[in-house]
Amino acid sequence: MKVLYFASLREAVGMESEDVEPTAEVHTVGELVEWLATRGEPWSDAFTASNRVQCAVNQVMARPDTPISGADEVAFFPRVTGG
Amino acid sequence: MQVRVQTEDFDPGDVIHDLGNGRPDMGAIVTFLGLVRDMSSTGAVHAMTLEHYPGMTEQSLEAIVTEAGGRWALQDVTVIHRVGRLEPADRIVMVAVASAHRGDAFAACEFIMDYLKTRAPFWKKEETPEGSRWVEARDSDDSAAARWEDREQA
Repeated sequence: MKVLYFASLREAVGMESEDVEPTAEVHTVGELVEWLATRGEPWSDAFTASNRVQCAVNQVMARPDTPISGADEVAFFPRVTGG
Repeated sequence: MQVRVQTEDFDPGDVIHDLGNGRPDMGAIVTFLGLVRDMSSTGAVHAMTLEHYPGMTEQSLEAIVTEAGGRWALQDVTVIHRVGRLEPADRIVMVAVASAHRGDAFAACEFIMDYLKTRAPFWKKEETPEGSRWVEARDSDDSAAARWEDREQA
């Protein structure tokens, strides 16, 4: 599974993307966040920062309870500020 | 429908001219043009850089336009959003909506902008005298988008 990071979150983790293989217990976006953060810095800090992190699964906006089984691409980013 | 995400500038007159491809039953075109300002709520801004999520950006804009088309009787819609580095007074976003009547065109144009600001994956980083900083999302933008969620089709 490919994990993408954008904007301030990309800067916080110091990478645009990474390929990950979460454990079998990771079924949802929320569980993926917890799993990514268990790897320590920089992810633990980036995901616990006060600004709300948003997520997209296969390029569609997602919520913490959104399933990620079969997802090719999961992206994390701060609240959007276009327009 | 046309959705464009691009670094280069655009001519709003051309966008209006091309809308609806000259169909004779258009009665109204409403446009919104967004510009970069030299001030934000926290001070002076010299420039800004817009980052986006290629692929998802286009898909989300198309989904917003499609949803607008389900709520109002629209004949054509163009959405253009620039990315990359922009300076004050630069054009940043344009929404143009064609309809038989102005009511639908006004409402749909505002709806598309409200949803774009809260659902399309763009992020602004401002250059200021104190250094560069990411723009914080505003709760007032969420409120503006939420207004439409309970509203019946016009």
